[in-house]
Amino acid sequence: MRRVVVTGIGVLSPLGYGHKANWEALVKGQSGLSKIRSFDPTDYVSQVAGHVPVGREIGQFNPDEILSPKEQRHVDPFILYGMAAGQQAVQDLNWLPETEEEKNRFGVYFGSGVGGLMGIINSGKSVETVGPRRLTPFAIPSILINLIGGHLSIKYGLQGPNIACATACATGSHAIGEAARLIRDDRADIMLAGSSEAAICPVGIAGFSQMRALSNHFNETPQKASRPWDKERDGFVMAEGAGAVVLEEYEHAKKRGAKIYGELVGYGLTADAYHFTAPGGTGAKRAILQALKEADITPDQVDYINAHGTSTPMGDLVEFKAVKEIFDGTNVAMSSTKSMTGHMLGAAGSAEAVYTLLAMQNNVLPPTINLDNPEEETAGFNLVPHKAQEKQVTYALSNSFGFGGTNATLLFKKVLNET
Amino acid sequence: MSENIAERVKKIIVEHLGVEADKVQDNANFIDDLGADSLDTVELVMAFEEEFGCSIPDDAAEKIRTVKDVIDYIQKQV
Repeated sequence: MRRVVVTGIGVLSPLGYGHKANWEALVKGQSGLSKIRSFDPTDYVSQVAGHVPVGREIGQFNPDEILSPKEQRHVDPFILYGMAAGQQAVQDLNWLPETEEEKNRFGVYFGSGVGGLMGIINSGKSVETVGPRRLTPFAIPSILINLIGGHLSIKYGLQGPNIACATACATGSHAIGEAARLIRDDRADIMLAGSSEAAICPVGIAGFSQMRALSNHFNETPQKASRPWDKERDGFVMAEGAGAVVLEEYEHAKKRGAKIYGELVGYGLTADAYHFTAPGGTGAKRAILQALKEADITPDQVDYINAHGTSTPMGDLVEFKAVKEIFDGTNVAMSSTKSMTGHMLGAAGSAEAVYTLLAMQNNVLPPTINLDNPEEETAGFNLVPHKAQEKQVTYALSNSFGFGGTNATLLFKKVLNET
Repeated sequence: MSENIAERVKKIIVEHLGVEADKVQDNANFIDDLGADSLDTVELVMAFEEEFGCSIPDDAAEKIRTVKDVIDYIQKQV
């Protein structure tokens, strides 16, 4: 069977631009959350969010490095973020296709949860106020989810499969898992895979807030607002960002002496078939078991789980229960990096895949911050509270669950130097 | 007056296409010389309509290829 390894990574999040800035913050247990800055949140129940830091300093996102000011006007921010993560991953790959055959065997699989929400709203306002003849011709192409992949393919000449998925907060994990299958099926040798989200806007915040999904008791202490498995948690904190990996067929990577972050050895995907927003059923557990089965390993071989762990009262415990049923009695540790990043929705899965790979590479587990009073039923389970922990990581797993009751689990393995 | 129109047209082109002002010569072709695509030209036409308070119908817009075409068209309108 064709093996699939990760040979490039990219991420931007509330913790910063690039995997170095993100990893530094994660290991220190730094929160990237703040009061909402992109609009006046005074009338909103939830007033906290995770914004991508924009600027020209190292670790800050400078949009001009991705697109010219003219091009930036033609894409919704979620496309800009996706392109930024994709560009980082391609630069990290340090290899570009040159021949037609190489270009034809390099594809893109990039998704988003909600896509161009801000662009849709602005276009709606424009049509209502100045009329249909004044609507920008970029109204449609600026908001389409698959245009991240479209733009990245044009930028780098990637002529292989070009697809998007939209599975809400599971998007990033599905994109990576499905892209890997295309390599296994011999449709491509390399896939740029990831996801992106930029939905911190009045409708985004009010919409999730009306579902009672967002935290609202920590408006004056935003960095305390995301607290997975803590008794005082009261919802997730909406964040924005993007993550990307380059997946490569193992022999292809080996032949060119590529640096390898890890091998994708397992992928699980299931549905709860229970409720369209509330988690339930056996979907999470079955997704994890599928990933373990594909990798042909037992639960005690897994060293680290990067949880979905969004900090919602119900979701955190449903995931914990699924994990406990499989891993009880093992030495596995589980943390939620969303305690620091907030919930990047569709971008979460791919950003967290990057974090999981970095945990494996560095043998360091990023912490779950704000875990001051853990739920009783989590007692005895290592949720990596407050501070990062050193641990040898050979197998690491990352969970993502989305509205619609869709679940995805990725399982990575460290690749030891075999030369 | 005509110089004023030409200046205003060129300013809009520089702003919308993000090109250097000295490239926006009278005979410059939007697509071949100024890097515009079909959507850019639609956006440009909208910007000209707004700036000069005129209407440029689609069949007239299709005939506009160069900077001079725009200036000539608008001079006839206003």
